[in-house]
Amino acid sequence: MFDVIVIGGGVVGGTILRELTKYKLSVCLLEKENDVCMGQSKANSGIVHAGFDAAPDTLKAKFNVLGNMMMPAYTAELGVKFVNNGSLVVAFSEGEMQTLAQLKERGEKNGVSDMEIIDQEQLRALEPNISEEAMGALHAKTGGIVCPYGLTIAAIGNAMDNGAKLYTDFEVGAIDKNGAVFTVRSTKGETVEGKLVINCAGLASGKIAAMVGDNDIEVKARKGEYILLDRESGDFVSHTLFFTPTEKGKGILVTQTADRNILLGPTSEEMEVASTDTTASGLAFVIEKVRKMTKNAPLFNTITSFAGVRAYSSRHDFIIEESKRTAGVIHCAGIESPGLTSAPAIAKYVVEELVGNIVKLERNESFNGRRKADHYFKDLSNEEKNEIIKNDPSYGRIVCRCEQITEGEIVRAVRENPPAKNVDAVKRRTRAGMGRCQGGFCQPHVAEIIARELGIPFEQVTKNGEGSALVTGVSK
Amino acid sequence: MKNYYDIVVIGGGPAGLAAAIAAYDNGAKDILILEREERLGGILNQCIHNGFGLTRFKESLSGPEYAARFVDGVLARNIEVFTQTTVLSLTKDKKITAINTEYGVFTVEAKAVILAMGCRERSRGALNVAGSRPAGVYSAGTAQKYVNIKGYMPGKSVVILGSGDIGLIMARRMTLEGAKVHAVCEIMPYSSGLKRNIAQCLDDFNIPLYLNHTITRIEGDKRVTGVVISEVDKDKKPISGTEMHFDCDTVLFSVGLIPENELTKGAEIELSPRTRGAVVYQNRETLVSGVFACGNVLQVHDLVDFVSEESELAGVYAAKYVLEGAIEHDGVEVVNGSNIGYVVPQRLDKNIGGNVKLFFRVTNTFRDCTITVKCGDTVLLQRKKKIVVPGEMETLLLTEAKIAQTNGKIEVVLEENV
Amino acid sequence: MSVISLTCIECPIGCALEVEMENGNPVSVKGNGCPRGKLYAENEVVCPKRVVTSTVRAKNGVMVPVKTDRPVKKSEIFEIMKKINQTTCELPVKIGDVLVENISDEANLVVAGNA
Repeated sequence: MFDVIVIGGGVVGGTILRELTKYKLSVCLLEKENDVCMGQSKANSGIVHAGFDAAPDTLKAKFNVLGNMMMPAYTAELGVKFVNNGSLVVAFSEGEMQTLAQLKERGEKNGVSDMEIIDQEQLRALEPNISEEAMGALHAKTGGIVCPYGLTIAAIGNAMDNGAKLYTDFEVGAIDKNGAVFTVRSTKGETVEGKLVINCAGLASGKIAAMVGDNDIEVKARKGEYILLDRESGDFVSHTLFFTPTEKGKGILVTQTADRNILLGPTSEEMEVASTDTTASGLAFVIEKVRKMTKNAPLFNTITSFAGVRAYSSRHDFIIEESKRTAGVIHCAGIESPGLTSAPAIAKYVVEELVGNIVKLERNESFNGRRKADHYFKDLSNEEKNEIIKNDPSYGRIVCRCEQITEGEIVRAVRENPPAKNVDAVKRRTRAGMGRCQGGFCQPHVAEIIARELGIPFEQVTKNGEGSALVTGVSK
Repeated sequence: MKNYYDIVVIGGGPAGLAAAIAAYDNGAKDILILEREERLGGILNQCIHNGFGLTRFKESLSGPEYAARFVDGVLARNIEVFTQTTVLSLTKDKKITAINTEYGVFTVEAKAVILAMGCRERSRGALNVAGSRPAGVYSAGTAQKYVNIKGYMPGKSVVILGSGDIGLIMARRMTLEGAKVHAVCEIMPYSSGLKRNIAQCLDDFNIPLYLNHTITRIEGDKRVTGVVISEVDKDKKPISGTEMHFDCDTVLFSVGLIPENELTKGAEIELSPRTRGAVVYQNRETLVSGVFACGNVLQVHDLVDFVSEESELAGVYAAKYVLEGAIEHDGVEVVNGSNIGYVVPQRLDKNIGGNVKLFFRVTNTFRDCTITVKCGDTVLLQRKKKIVVPGEMETLLLTEAKIAQTNGKIEVVLEENV
Repeated sequence: MSVISLTCIECPIGCALEVEMENGNPVSVKGNGCPRGKLYAENEVVCPKRVVTSTVRAKNGVMVPVKTDRPVKKSEIFEIMKKINQTTCELPVKIGDVLVENISDEANLVVAGNA
């Protein structure tokens, strides 16, 4: 019997889970996939938004600005890469320059600090590769970039280190309440019992809400396609470049990532059925927009393209509330952009205000919020590396040559919380396979390490869970 | 451990091995080879098919047999080898930082460095192929490693994009090991692979080759379930209405090789945008004195026999550099003119002496054409060709006497005969 | 009289060969750049043969490169593959070691690389 059951291992569920472990509560996380961070937290822009975009007095505006302020300390504690690179909303006409002024005003109302409207010359000084057509920009200095899966995995791993339990491959099929006890049943028939349920199920949050009688939470899917460039082109831009929002939407962004790749996208396409397929037209749209925003885009250095889903609610604001029909259930639904930025602030609010409203919160004195930040072996000094190799020679064996990731780091990813059980999970934790060869060289070796560590035959190692085996069998 | 060598060779594949042996035999005895894999031989270890060595040894060897001759050559000499050692960085002043389990992160200095890191495959990701990203999408070389080294089948039902030699070889290899290869598609109007590989890898097994076709969609959630291929127009854009669907569990990409020049770039050694390898003199010395480059890290070769030949050149001159000191270069540029994709070497230096073999590729398929090497208005060399294709490297020998006639930039051009 | 077109596979040049046939027998070969091409063409139109290369799984699981030490009938390749797949060996082996004598057509299966 858990005090709190969190459904959904994305950044919202993950940061809430971690927040809960700060108190004397027994907590668990239910995730339908083979690993955490498999939905919208996996494939998104990784932007820490300043907070000028959301309409004042919305939950989006409130949590965005709070989350932005929390992010530097939050990521430092968890050893997650965060860069305060600043955002630029770029204007291409006089009309758009006027929109920038409105955005700035809106940002000020939302409580965003350090914004400035800059002219063409200043913009070119900041971003030499900006299009000749760009006239000026809103420079939001509090904007930043974070590794979205790094943040999600670290929050969940830290929660687990502090006692939270993780159930993967647990797709919630039904929620029953008997007296004060919830029984959450998986589609395969396993059950978990708890006193409170927090619904952070992303795209499925509407479905989960319906299981407890809340049929008014409608969640729809939107797709965003991206193109990722080699770190070699990492200096192409340094800020996050946005188009000025128009009635037609926000357009794509051009940004450095926290790992110094260049990320281009996303498109924004409504979907009946959630899909993360890329399309020729979507990628062509991204390229067209990149060419409008910048000059000399090093598209020849493309290393991959991908798509992510966004779950948005019909209310077009975050839904963060107690169930109206079933006491003891809290919904976090429709957490679309700026959800990543907002997550730490949402987590604090949900736990302190909503959970705290239902149960008495008592501090967990043994909570340790730090997570060792040695995930980035290659960034250490040679002396530090040698100290580690002396204790564990496997750190002296490079497995992923493009990102210079060692066997020791891969073993660690398989062993530490939340454990990586497949090749993609290792990739998200270590970057092995995320470089320019896209795993062409290292995948067989990574898979061998996973097989060895998990004690399973090689044929059972998967790319990303059941049904995605790397090989179909032995050759003879 | 020792941290100073006369010559450090980065890479123990065919290029590094041939270079090390040649350097040793030409008087440099203090040589270290750094190899990242467990054993020497490089990619040849997984190229178990035959056909290697026809030029060099006048017999048809398997890749591992070809490699073994050079591995044995290194082992027979007093050449030091570190395997499972990855070079992390190289500086202009020839300091190499590497890592292994035994010594941790360490630095060695060298009088001369030979770059022999080879190349990597272009991945699916570089092509923006639409669709899903399931298991079962591999570059041909990765599939080759699974089948030939690891003994696993990456799939049973296969479509291949790209008719480069590795793609063709893998079409046959997967077929022999029991898989069904439905098609090889090639976006160009011609195959970039050797003609004999079309014959013995595809035709022998009735595997269709679709020229002017590309994969326009990959399907499958967890594992590949199918692909759509489409014909392309002359601008390489898919033609609507030409789509063909194949059920399959595996897609292999054989869409080009890229020299692995991360270390070269780190050392600020000038690269050619044409070859994506270093700019070199005919002795395979880069524009940084005492740093040599050879094999697929310099230019992607079709045949390992040429890799060995080129690498021996680098080895000989690296030894000369160590024993006799640096050459004061007095070089002229060698440039690719009309219809020529690239030329190696990109610099000719009369001080080096000897005949020079120019390696080059043409930009398209040409029939009945003339290839001319000229310096200003002076024609140094002219050859008529019945057919040339981009997939096959061409060579021309420029004699020392011809080189003596040059007084400026040398250009290689191809003209179609009318 | 008929003409069969072939691509020579003897070397990387891949000459386009034309073989004139009479009563099922080759009477002339055109297009070959060397004597090996002529021989190849004459054999190819009568009984095509190939060297088969593959791997054998050694008892410790390591894959050993193998090949037939001479060309075998193309029509028998899949039969030979079945035999190869049933073959195993103890390590160490060295290049040239015979793993299966007379696997087909007087050809032996030999080790073709260091495992």
